[in-house]
Amino acid sequence: MKTKNKIVTALLLGTALSLASAGFAAAQDKTVKIGALSDQSGLYADLGGPGSTLAAQMAVEDSGLIAKGWKIDIISGDHQNKPDIGTAIARQWFDVDKVDAIVDVPNSGVALAVNNVIKEKNGVYINSGAATSDLTNAQCSPNTVHWTYDTYMLAHTTGQALVKAGGDSWFFLTADYAFGAALERDTTAVILANGGKIVGGVKHPLNTSDFSSFLLQAQSSKAKIIGLANAGGDTTNAIKQAAEFGIVKGGQKLAALLLFLTDVKAIGLETAQGLNFTETFYWDLNDQTRAFSKKFAARMKNSAPPTMVQAGVYSGLLHYFKALDALGGNPHDGVKVVEKMKSMPTEDPLFGKGEIQPNGRTIHSAYLFEVKKPSESKGPWDFYKLIGTVSGDQAFTPLAESKCAMLKK
Amino acid sequence: MQALYAQLLVGLINGSFYALLSLGLAVIFGMLNIINFAHGALYMMGAFVAYFLLNVMGIGYWPALIIAPIAVGIFGMILERTMLQWLAGLDHLYGLLLTFGLALIIQGVFQNYFGSSGLPYAIPDYPKIGEFHGLQGGMNLGFMFLPIYRGWVVIFSLIVCLGTWYLIERTRLGAYLRAATENPALVRAFGINVPRMITLTYGLGVGLAALAGVLSAPINQVRPLMGENVIIVVFAVVVIGGMGSIMGSIVTGFALGVIEGLTKYFYPEASNTVVFVLMVLVLLVKPTGLTGRAA
Repeated sequence: MKTKNKIVTALLLGTALSLASAGFAAAQDKTVKIGALSDQSGLYADLGGPGSTLAAQMAVEDSGLIAKGWKIDIISGDHQNKPDIGTAIARQWFDVDKVDAIVDVPNSGVALAVNNVIKEKNGVYINSGAATSDLTNAQCSPNTVHWTYDTYMLAHTTGQALVKAGGDSWFFLTADYAFGAALERDTTAVILANGGKIVGGVKHPLNTSDFSSFLLQAQSSKAKIIGLANAGGDTTNAIKQAAEFGIVKGGQKLAALLLFLTDVKAIGLETAQGLNFTETFYWDLNDQTRAFSKKFAARMKNSAPPTMVQAGVYSGLLHYFKALDALGGNPHDGVKVVEKMKSMPTEDPLFGKGEIQPNGRTIHSAYLFEVKKPSESKGPWDFYKLIGTVSGDQAFTPLAESKCAMLKK
Repeated sequence: MQALYAQLLVGLINGSFYALLSLGLAVIFGMLNIINFAHGALYMMGAFVAYFLLNVMGIGYWPALIIAPIAVGIFGMILERTMLQWLAGLDHLYGLLLTFGLALIIQGVFQNYFGSSGLPYAIPDYPKIGEFHGLQGGMNLGFMFLPIYRGWVVIFSLIVCLGTWYLIERTRLGAYLRAATENPALVRAFGINVPRMITLTYGLGVGLAALAGVLSAPINQVRPLMGENVIIVVFAVVVIGGMGSIMGSIVTGFALGVIEGLTKYFYPEASNTVVFVLMVLVLLVKPTGLTGRAA
């Protein structure tokens, strides 16, 4: 009799305990795992790469969640600019490592492929590295937030400014993959809408070291503007070699549609001076960006301040953590977390105030910059002169124009 | 038609780099029987030595053209003495794996310290003769604007290539070298220090790679991965030209540069693959390469 009682008590106790712990888990699961997926060693590694992982780490430290008892892990992966490798890593992260969110992901080709995996696995996708506006248009997803910049924004800031300044005939040097195609498409739309024309273009393979053939074709096209629909090492090579072939001296103007801080460093101010381009973050914008950049650079191996992609990883994650905090725990449900993120206005030290539109596009200000002359630069990373600010609603795709299927409910 | 001339000339410029690099590979393979996968990393080191000479010691381009190949050549000879020499007589695969591993290590170390985007290296602006400022600026050739520096690259690498060919095929030293490859024991019997000759040959091949690195520093940026992209193409050049053939690799280097240039003009999307398509075709028709000897 006694034994039987003991067994019943034990069973009851066990049931109670397991019920309690189940309830505990549902209400207050405070573990999060984030994967920083990037090009860690190729032509985009300096604008994203290890710096983006550092930015994610700093977002965790600055979120204040650790003090509230959260456990947040960050892992990183190298997609090598190959969509198949990117999706394989993403799948492994969701299936084996139980990752909740993937951040960064430069290279539009990889970014679009990973977008599908994250939707299928109901994760959270905060993309800061990729440019294609398709992420919040034709291929939008309830799991995706696109931070920092996109091809529409680049076309409607740099592109528009150049056409309005008289650059009405264009020749494109386009990286031959999803990003280049999207940037050329969006910029072409702006040029045509403003009365300009396209006189030709070349599609070059990603990661090209010699642009001389392409530049000669651009030169003989007599176009007023040579639009560079490429990024990273491709853009810096093209700009340097254009200087060598006397293209700018010959009266043609280069439009670096996408240029990052690390690119300007690689080109050198002597060659880069006078280039106009758009970014949504620069380390020397205000006291807050300077304070963050100083902390960031102190932890970077080459003491580089953050690029806008890395800054976007930081502030995108800060907003994600705010949403998790508001939810009171991690529901491990991507759609639910992204909905919460969209319902809260964004505000952080790096990008200021903004919002996330229903299609996943984050809206914040964009800045038109000009590269300084060597004589104007006062420090090793003092490169930009601010020449104009474009408000978020002017810079990014208006909702009425968005082709996102989620908007047509 | 004018555009075509320009593309041919641009192709020759790229061909110069292919020729210099594949020549070094051919020398090393011909004399040491080693497939030197570290060639790209050593090419990159040449560019970095030039960069350091300029930015740390204030030594400009012209001295760097001599100092960098010697410095990297010595580094290569140390590699040969400490590691590669133990692989003599083994299957090619061992040398390939060892040098491939070395390339990954060297590139990894540089990448760790310098990131992946490039460091700028200016075209030399001295000596100033008349209106010419060193190799800066360009000339209008009528059909194209030729940057003086690129013209210099073509002429200089042509001289270096032919000089190397002459050294190996037409001098007594070259004869010793070739004999040492054929029958090391017999050459040793004549009182010639064969291992030292092999080491010097490896140093020469590596020095050629470093020289190409210095030449390319002002054109491409100085990047830790600059050798990784070019080396694959250069291997295809060597395979097409025939492993171990000195003249074959020079001619093929220049020729493939031109073919690639034409592809960039007619069908740019294929410009990265055309060399490999050619390689496949050559391997199908003549597996020893265009000028290669049967093994």
